[in-house]
Amino acid sequence: MSAPALLEIADLRLSYRTESGAVRAVDGVNLELQRNEALVVLGESGCGKSSLAKTLLRLLPRNAVAPEGVVRLDGEDILGYSEERFRREVRWVRIALVMQAAMNALNPVIRVGEQVAEPLRIHRGWSRRRALERAAEAFSEVGIATDFLSRYPHELSGGMRQRAVIAMALVTEPDIVLLDEPTSALDVLTQAAIMNVLKRIKAERGMSFILITHDVATSSELADRVALMYAGQIVEEAAAERFFTAPAHPYSQMLMAAVPKLHQQQPPRPIPGRPPSLLDPPAGCRFAARCPQRIDRCSEAPPSTTLAPRHRSRCWLHAGGKR
Amino acid sequence: MRRTTSVSETPGSEKPGSERSIGERPGNPSAGVATATRGTVATGGVEATGTGAVTTGGAATPTAPTYQQPHQPLLTVEALQTHFELRQWGFLRVGSVRAVDGVSFTLDHGESATIVGESGCGKSSLARTLLGLHRPTAGRVTFAGTDLATLRGRALKAYRAAVGYVQQDPYGALPPFMKIRRILEEPLIVHGVGTRRAREERIAAALEEVGLEPAHETWQKFPHQLSGGQQQRVVIARALLLRPKLIIADEPVSMLDASVRAEILELLRTIQRQHRLALLYITHDLSTVRHYAHRAMVMYAGRIVEQGPVERLLDRPHHPYTRALLAALVDPDAANAHQQRPIPAGEPPSLLHPPSGCRFHPRCPAIMVGRCEHFDPEEAHPRPGHRVACWLHSR
Amino acid sequence: MSPWRDGLRRLRRYPSALLGALIIVALLATAVYAVVTIPYSEAQRLWRGGDLWQELPVNAGPVWADRLFGGDAPRTLRIPTAAAPIAEEAYEGVRITEQRLTFDFTYSEFPSEINLFLGSSGSDRQPFVRATWITPQGEQIPLDARRIGANERISISQNQTLEGRLGAPPQIGLFSATSAGAGTDQQALEVQQGTYQLLLETVHFAETSELHGELIVYGQVHGWAGTDHQRRDLSVALLWGTPIALAFGLIAAVGTTVTTLIIAAAGVWFRGWVDAVIQRLTEINIILPLLPILVMIGTLYSTSIWLMLGVVVVLGIFSAGIKMYRAMLLPIREAPYITAAQAYGASDLRIILRYMVPRILPVLIPTFVTLIPTYVFLEASLAVLGLGDPILPTWGKILYDAQDQSALYHGFYYWVLSPAALLMLTGLGFALLGFALDRVFNPRLRSL
Ligand SMILES: Nc1ncnc2c1ncn2[C@@H]1O[C@H](COP(=O)(O)OP(=O)(O)O)[C@@H](O)[C@H]1O
Ligand SMILES: Nc1ncnc2c1ncn2[C@@H]1O[C@H](COP(=O)(O)OP(=O)(O)O)[C@@H](O)[C@H]1O
Ligand code: SF4
Ligand SMILES: [Mg+2]
Ligand SMILES: [Mg+2]
Repeated sequence: MSAPALLEIADLRLSYRTESGAVRAVDGVNLELQRNEALVVLGESGCGKSSLAKTLLRLLPRNAVAPEGVVRLDGEDILGYSEERFRREVRWVRIALVMQAAMNALNPVIRVGEQVAEPLRIHRGWSRRRALERAAEAFSEVGIATDFLSRYPHELSGGMRQRAVIAMALVTEPDIVLLDEPTSALDVLTQAAIMNVLKRIKAERGMSFILITHDVATSSELADRVALMYAGQIVEEAAAERFFTAPAHPYSQMLMAAVPKLHQQQPPRPIPGRPPSLLDPPAGCRFAARCPQRIDRCSEAPPSTTLAPRHRSRCWLHAGGKR
Repeated sequence: MRRTTSVSETPGSEKPGSERSIGERPGNPSAGVATATRGTVATGGVEATGTGAVTTGGAATPTAPTYQQPHQPLLTVEALQTHFELRQWGFLRVGSVRAVDGVSFTLDHGESATIVGESGCGKSSLARTLLGLHRPTAGRVTFAGTDLATLRGRALKAYRAAVGYVQQDPYGALPPFMKIRRILEEPLIVHGVGTRRAREERIAAALEEVGLEPAHETWQKFPHQLSGGQQQRVVIARALLLRPKLIIADEPVSMLDASVRAEILELLRTIQRQHRLALLYITHDLSTVRHYAHRAMVMYAGRIVEQGPVERLLDRPHHPYTRALLAALVDPDAANAHQQRPIPAGEPPSLLHPPSGCRFHPRCPAIMVGRCEHFDPEEAHPRPGHRVACWLHSR
Repeated sequence: MSPWRDGLRRLRRYPSALLGALIIVALLATAVYAVVTIPYSEAQRLWRGGDLWQELPVNAGPVWADRLFGGDAPRTLRIPTAAAPIAEEAYEGVRITEQRLTFDFTYSEFPSEINLFLGSSGSDRQPFVRATWITPQGEQIPLDARRIGANERISISQNQTLEGRLGAPPQIGLFSATSAGAGTDQQALEVQQGTYQLLLETVHFAETSELHGELIVYGQVHGWAGTDHQRRDLSVALLWGTPIALAFGLIAAVGTTVTTLIIAAAGVWFRGWVDAVIQRLTEINIILPLLPILVMIGTLYSTSIWLMLGVVVVLGIFSAGIKMYRAMLLPIREAPYITAAQAYGASDLRIILRYMVPRILPVLIPTFVTLIPTYVFLEASLAVLGLGDPILPTWGKILYDAQDQSALYHGFYYWVLSPAALLMLTGLGFALLGFALDRVFNPRLRSL
């Protein structure tokens, strides 16, 4: 391990109570994030990415069971903080979140500028005036003309609204910005434009990002590191160079081959089957049912194996499993 | 020249009550000739009827249709315009959104073409116009020799059976309060297909075809019990049920997980080939085009700015807009994180007041001031089957 | 699982829903029982009243209510002549018979009224009867002596001269321990318990002449529901009020909700002038007040419950509900599945009925359930205003009579309370169920 991590997540678990039982949406996640690093959490929808984000920010729905595990921010276990302390010292002050589909959740009857300035007034207790001035700065940072401050959400295009919610996460200058599928509903040009903004901010401001997405191509636009999630668990965590050129986990390999790409002579090869239900996940490797390299031991849960510094995989092929 | 009613209703009167009557290769030579002639005039180029020939090249290209010339395309779109009147207080006309503004193309039997463009450029409006859900403001859509505008009653219904529709949002496209079986039975009931047994068999066959077997298990479910990919398969099954000649798929994978996109596109391609269907695949994402269509058309602000065989369009794009679209796309690569992507400046134009001349000129890096902003570009043909509406290529 | 079954399953977790459903089921059972045991025509006949009820006391309270508070109010005693042995003597040309109608009076309160019903048959010549009251101590009090026709009603408690002689109304004077002289305080009079006799001495003027009849000592309580001022047993109206109230509420609620929904959906679907017409009609109709219109129709035309029902439904169609449904249906109109249905050729009617209306039905069920009691109350209000159906027994009619007879002033609480309780029970049952249904089916209120 090199420098102490900015954010360290160890064995984080979260489940939801439902009528048919507990949905184990986050099931033993280990991750770490360094300063000025961008970590991409990649995974199919339903694998628990948003739940992970909501757990980190403690924005959980009512049927969520209290999360277990450790979340250390600069060495302090923030999971143990009281609600009040968390709100005062962590949420939006140090970690900000752009929720999935947040751009459609803007309040339609409040001017965008006011909404972007709101975190400052709530979490920093700034005056309206001062907060609005800072919001204007955040607007130009994400590439929206400042005269949009006084517009209503419906007067903005989808791309503009998404930029506005990103600005809302940036105003308080947090250490970590968590982005949950920030571009999934947008068309490719707008996606690229927003990723450009994020890249620029990361370079200029030295912020750390956790980007959550299901789109491999988008993930490569920001990632220093990639964590691939499958059925509530991280199956591979690696540096971006490694992940996009030589992924280790069979699921990583298959996922890379499954997405349509622009320059590609072979047609993509879809992954057969579906992810398991999180209500009753298989005891062994969760990918086993779809895995072509499956061996006998795969019916037991594989441990997370370190393949190289900061490269881990959760697969028996790497944990010394024999046929 | 006006088409007479007798011709337009020929398919219907030949096979009364049959849901297959429209879209069958026409048995009426005079109708075929008439359309072919008009098609040539409207598309105004050497390759007006030569799309089949164009698409035969390329190893990775899906099987191209093998119809002999002279033939009549399945779908002919000529100078199509769909404008939406904007009214205040329900009557005061404040302008019109020129969502589709002069689109011409043809689609052969069994051919698949893709329409690519940013959101808001009019793709869905075009699709809905072709489906007969919007009345075109001007221009003409001819399907299997019949002018869409002349269709009424039974003939219109037959047309609806002949064209399948797959939408962007698979969950929204399925009534949430019906079981899959009921959802799939609906089109069959609407078209008065057979007994309950016959319908069930057809539904089962369709579900199996889209890979949702065992059918009797799937059809017990409600849409929300299926994953997005499965929902989209149901939508595709519904589009197939009435045995269409053409399927219009409007962004069928945009809302799906990246990992299941290939699956659905592959399914569409298989179905298209097996049933020799024409497929119009609409998308905003050029990276999902390569293996799944013969021909690509790039749409910008209500117009088609470039069209040609998919491979050529992706590898040798001519129009500055196509180039910009391609430049903004990335394949997964760690280096992406460290370079800004070139993106055309500005936002897509308002369709309420589209720019004069070339619609792309305010964002175009290659603009030729003095020409581009005043005159509509003439269409150039760098190659047979490859057409570009840009002054760079039609000097 | 179907959303309906899923909803029902979730509903079971609300005890209030269970209670509401229980109340509704009980009401339904009552309604069915009423309709089965008392046919429609019979109910009308009973409610018309008249001699039908002559053996019941006036304004008697329910037995259970009296006993509940430790009361010992007398029930009605009926002593038929047929049960009493006849002693007969023959004279020249006449027969003299003697009958003693004997009964035990064990209550500690006085009866409310005493009537003797007598009739003669067998001859044109009416027999002559002398009636004498014999107290347990054997004191003989002459009551009346007269000729008896085919059907005579001798109202003993209304006998002014007797009252004068007894110093108290006869139903009290005849049963009190100490004979009350003039001026005694009637409140202080005590009931004399024991065996009373009514001695009937009859002179028959023909061989075939016969006397029959009965003595009725009216109680102060009757049955489980009591009686009203016309001696009608309220249980008839309380029972029969149930099916009428439920039917009225249900038909009005179904009629208005369904038609309103379909019309709203048609407006949303067709847009343009159809929508405009529906909107304007609604706006006009919203301003028109429902109750005054009903009162007007009731006063000028007819108060038949079915006419009222029709008017309520017609006026209820273009109600504020249309605006609400419209707001709910507008986004649904744009739903992709509707476009898909259009694309495969579904007709307008099919789209409205099969795709738009069912989409919001789950949301409407609670509204619909809570709407039922509203109409039940409306019907009751009309009846209280004197615009109740002229021939049918309803809860509202009972309330109207009670109010008309100043029931509360006279202390006849049961007369007001029982129909009011039933009305409130109806309201409560449907409201409890409706609110729980709202939680289950209305996604806005639903939280995980
Ligand atoms: N509030 C909730 N109650 C019950 N299950 C939930 C809830 N939120 C999410 N889930 C389930 O948890 C799993 C993970 O969901 P989510 O974190 O949203 O995944 P992702 O963001 O990767 O798509 C899914 O199976 C989802 O159905
Ligand atoms: N029914 C309609 N009424 C008015 N404007 C419409 C309608 N449908 C689409 N538009 C407008 O037409 C333009 C093109 O929209 P659309 O065809 O949906 O584009 P795309 O599918 O390419 O995103 C947009 O500006 C949209 O607002
Ligand atoms: S016509 Fe001119 S403005 Fe338009 S794309 Fe070509 S070069 Fe650019
Ligand atoms: Mg998510
Ligand atoms: Mg669209």
